[in-house]
Amino acid sequence: MAGAAGKAMRQVYGETLVELGKTYPNIVVFDADVANSTRTILFGESYPDRFFDVGIAEMNMAAMAAGISTTGMIPFVNTFACFMVLRCGDPIRSLVAYTKLNVKLAGTYAGLSDSYDGASHHSILDIAFMRALPNMVVLSPADAADMKAATEAAVQYKGPVYLRIHRNECPDIPENDTQPFTLGKGKVLRDGRDITLIATGYMVHRAMEAALKLQQQGISARVVNIHTIKPLDTNLLRDCAKETGGIVVAEEHSIHGGLGGAVAEAIGRLYPVPIEFVGVRDTFAESGDYQALLEKYGLTSQHIVKAAEEVLKKKGAKG
Amino acid sequence: MGLTKERKAVLEGLCKQFRRTLLDTLYSVQTGHPGGSLSATEIITTLYFEVMKVDPKNPSWEDRDRFVLAKGHAAPMLYIALAEKGFFPKEELKTLRQLNSRLQGHPCALKTPGVELSTGPLGLGLSAALGMGLGARIQGKQFHTYVLLGDGEIQEGIVWEAAMAGAKYGIDNVVAILDKNGVQLDGPVDQIMPLGDVRAKWNSFGWNTLEVNGHKVEEIYDAIQEAHRVKGKPTIIIAHTVKGKGVSFMEGKHAWHGKPISKAEYEAAIKELEGGR
Ligand SMILES: Cc1ncc(C[n+]2csc(CCOP(=O)(O)OP(=O)(O)O)c2C)c(N)n1
Ligand SMILES: [Mg+2]
Repeated sequence: MAGAAGKAMRQVYGETLVELGKTYPNIVVFDADVANSTRTILFGESYPDRFFDVGIAEMNMAAMAAGISTTGMIPFVNTFACFMVLRCGDPIRSLVAYTKLNVKLAGTYAGLSDSYDGASHHSILDIAFMRALPNMVVLSPADAADMKAATEAAVQYKGPVYLRIHRNECPDIPENDTQPFTLGKGKVLRDGRDITLIATGYMVHRAMEAALKLQQQGISARVVNIHTIKPLDTNLLRDCAKETGGIVVAEEHSIHGGLGGAVAEAIGRLYPVPIEFVGVRDTFAESGDYQALLEKYGLTSQHIVKAAEEVLKKKGAKG
Repeated sequence: MGLTKERKAVLEGLCKQFRRTLLDTLYSVQTGHPGGSLSATEIITTLYFEVMKVDPKNPSWEDRDRFVLAKGHAAPMLYIALAEKGFFPKEELKTLRQLNSRLQGHPCALKTPGVELSTGPLGLGLSAALGMGLGARIQGKQFHTYVLLGDGEIQEGIVWEAAMAGAKYGIDNVVAILDKNGVQLDGPVDQIMPLGDVRAKWNSFGWNTLEVNGHKVEEIYDAIQEAHRVKGKPTIIIAHTVKGKGVSFMEGKHAWHGKPISKAEYEAAIKELEGGR
């Protein structure tokens, strides 16, 4: 089960960048006046010559990164996830993705995790945008260990990568951390026969909690961590559909266009089974305590349990 | 005609009160942005309590003057002014940034009476204000639109797109005010992304430019009156301010952009504000 509160992903990301900076003298880091939040300030302190804080000018940052990548450097572009999509969107599509440039895009404060700043700063459509881009790899780690591995994998992979980073401290998930992180491969964290709970990011921990609750009701739930949303591990998804006959997808994102959409697209083609979605339901959220927001906007383990019950009902009706 | 002695004293009294309320509010909720709220105190106060025609009983009165807080993170100071005006009860300030509150972390025009435009993502406010000005002009309306920008904020490219548009269309019913406190989130503006000669830049973009001490209500007031007189081009008032103004340990420090206030810090700040420095 989920362990003690681990480090915040953004902190792990910042520290990992510093380590990678040693092995890769061609890593350069860009930030747009949020270096303390993204934790790239750590890289800036270690390698001031390879750190560029370009001020509040995100579009310029992304286009500069596109340019520098053509000279053999590996740029990391950093800002809040919402601004990564909304401000850097054009250079990301027209330069980075289109030309398959080796640019790494780190969107921090993803989901509702920048809770108090409110809907203007929440990021619940970034997965939809990023996964709609051809050539883009979309990584969404579940905890600190995943975050470190994802950052390393992003550097080893040659091409555009989006890293979805959470703001707050996240519980470490032992079942997750004992398995290797392979880009493009989902991790089965818990086996089960009756239903599969597919989750990404912070919601993986919630899915593990939900599986325990379901177990108390005599329901055997499989839990899968999809840390790579694109390319999606469709073989694993097909097997889960076949073997458990029902799916719930949970993500800290709009129910439109995110992991839920990706899974539904795959399952609909490969092995259709009943499916339910746990995510933000086509609404802007609001300011407030993070856990209170997750509760109000339907992102708790209890919501996953409910969705699972719905799927099981449909599955039963199907006979 | 400038501010009378009496009005000046009234506005200064309000500023003092608002700073105190800001500290009370941010301390009690342990979230929110003190630095940029404190630097904007005199500007927001002069606008709402001396310049702008608004009707708290009828927030959507179509001839009202508009205020756009482009640097939306200074929302707490805006809310304090709106509450004092009577747009909503002052008790509501305690709900700032809390679940189910009308007072969002950044201004939300749908939720808060008196808020004209949802802001927070920096850089969009000036363009929107120009749109309001254009809308007033083509409909023959007399209202003015005021927009407050941060000096880090004007690093956004869209601000300069707006600068060109404002000059091209001669949108003279819009008054922009730049809260030039010299500090952004990661550090001093001069270090993070130097702005160069800001006044020369706006002049060269075709704007009327004025400079004031942004903590002197009479200077702010005079500059706005002057801006109203200038026709055919928009005005930007460059207000020299201090980030965190009024609380000495916050002044000029980027660390106080958006940091929770401890009990000891709160007590020290209140003592200083009460002392009427
Ligand atoms: C597009 C965008 N990028 C980044 C941020 C995060 N952010 C909030 S305030 C701020 C610094 C603002 O500095 P400045 O405009 O000088 O405001 P002030 O000093 O008046 O607080 C930053 C980078 C944001 N809100 N919007
Ligand atoms: Mg500033």
